[in-house]
Amino acid sequence: MEKETMTSPEKLIVIGGSSGSLEVLMNLLPLLGKRLPVPVIIVLHRNNQSDNGLVELFASKTKLTVKEADEKDILVPGTVYIAAPDYHLLIEQDKTLSLDASAKVNFSRPSIDVTFSSAADVFGKGLTAILLSGANADGADAMIYVKECGGKLIVQDPDEALVGYMPRQAIEQNDVDMILGVVEIAEWINTEFRD
Amino acid sequence: MTTNEELEGLLEEIIQYYGYDFTGYSRASLMRRVNAFYVKERCNSFADLRQRVLENQAFFIHFVEEVTVNVTEMFRDPGFYNTLRTEIVPVLATYPFIRIWHAGCSTGEEVYSMAILLKEAGLLHKAILYATDLNQKVLEKAKAGIFPMSQMRQNSENYIKAGGRHEFSSYYTANYNFARFDKALSDKMVFSTHNLVSDSSFNEFQLILCRNVLIYFDKDLQARVLQLFDKSLDSLGFLALGSKESLKFSAIAPYYSQIANKEKIWRKKR
Repeated sequence: MEKETMTSPEKLIVIGGSSGSLEVLMNLLPLLGKRLPVPVIIVLHRNNQSDNGLVELFASKTKLTVKEADEKDILVPGTVYIAAPDYHLLIEQDKTLSLDASAKVNFSRPSIDVTFSSAADVFGKGLTAILLSGANADGADAMIYVKECGGKLIVQDPDEALVGYMPRQAIEQNDVDMILGVVEIAEWINTEFRD
Repeated sequence: MTTNEELEGLLEEIIQYYGYDFTGYSRASLMRRVNAFYVKERCNSFADLRQRVLENQAFFIHFVEEVTVNVTEMFRDPGFYNTLRTEIVPVLATYPFIRIWHAGCSTGEEVYSMAILLKEAGLLHKAILYATDLNQKVLEKAKAGIFPMSQMRQNSENYIKAGGRHEFSSYYTANYNFARFDKALSDKMVFSTHNLVSDSSFNEFQLILCRNVLIYFDKDLQARVLQLFDKSLDSLGFLALGSKESLKFSAIAPYYSQIANKEKIWRKKR
């Protein structure tokens, strides 16, 4: 379980979003550098349980590798992992992925809180957690924990978000590092994580 | 809250005290549920939790029930059940006697779903559904066949999406807040505790269903459990897994072929 490899990433970006976030991601992904030296996990609330089209949709928007998160997947820099519908997505100490079909959290499965907390456990100060548009408070609780573990918090500007409730909750409850628009989020990522 | 070292220590002690081995479980979700248990049971410290688990068997049984995932529903993933109905059940119909194993059945919702499929195909009279789990408590619930009325709407929707053409409510009697399922269904079920980690094969089956159980196991334990299923399957038998589980990359994969429509069902080649 504890085995570390040479290439095991030290940093991780986790992006959480709910209603309105699909368009944000469609705008954000094309702006990311094609040699991003860090893995990205996207946890997006959605209604359709068996829709597989999301991976193809996102893949069409970026040069980065996009795949649905499978259990035992090893986190690889430059790959975007989409949380599978109806499963919580967790990260193991050895930086592989785990799935969990337990009860919904904040009416959501996958839950942003679950993935953010798990990522904070493993990546600590190497974690950047980004919360986008949404009408649910999912994600806000875990942001406190991300901060405690030394991670960075970025929240989408609620005025820009299609549904501002989720980012506003996060801003009210937490000491967020940055409140940014989509273009600025992409610029920040590209500057912070240079190859 | 709980550190990795504390969790590892507890898992080792649980083996010594009770013979239950959770060391093959994926740690991230196990840790998450141990922490949730810690909060729910108002433990004062990890030492407090450890002491209660190790010194009180009833509390340990409760611990096992809480830290293993027991979330399930009837006709979960309706597309999967539709495939069982249209492609697998007709094959099962050709056998004089049908033996099915639900491994890790939890509170039994999927076992009742299977029994309904068999009943509608006119096969229930010649079938036995073995349903096992490591938790005694969930098996008692499964055996009783009494489920919260609040779940029936979702169950009924799933049933219809899975190709069900009867009134779903004809399979149970509403009783205040509970739905009591037809005894004709549970008469064909045999419930028993079985731990996939430590117990061996106990029969041969034409169909084994083990859905959303392997995701909680590490690679080694997954491999061992798949060997156990292989040993317990008749030639040309079927193995059904959860929607994010796969035989791909497993040692038994060469001896199985996945059915054509992409559902997570494999058939033993010989």
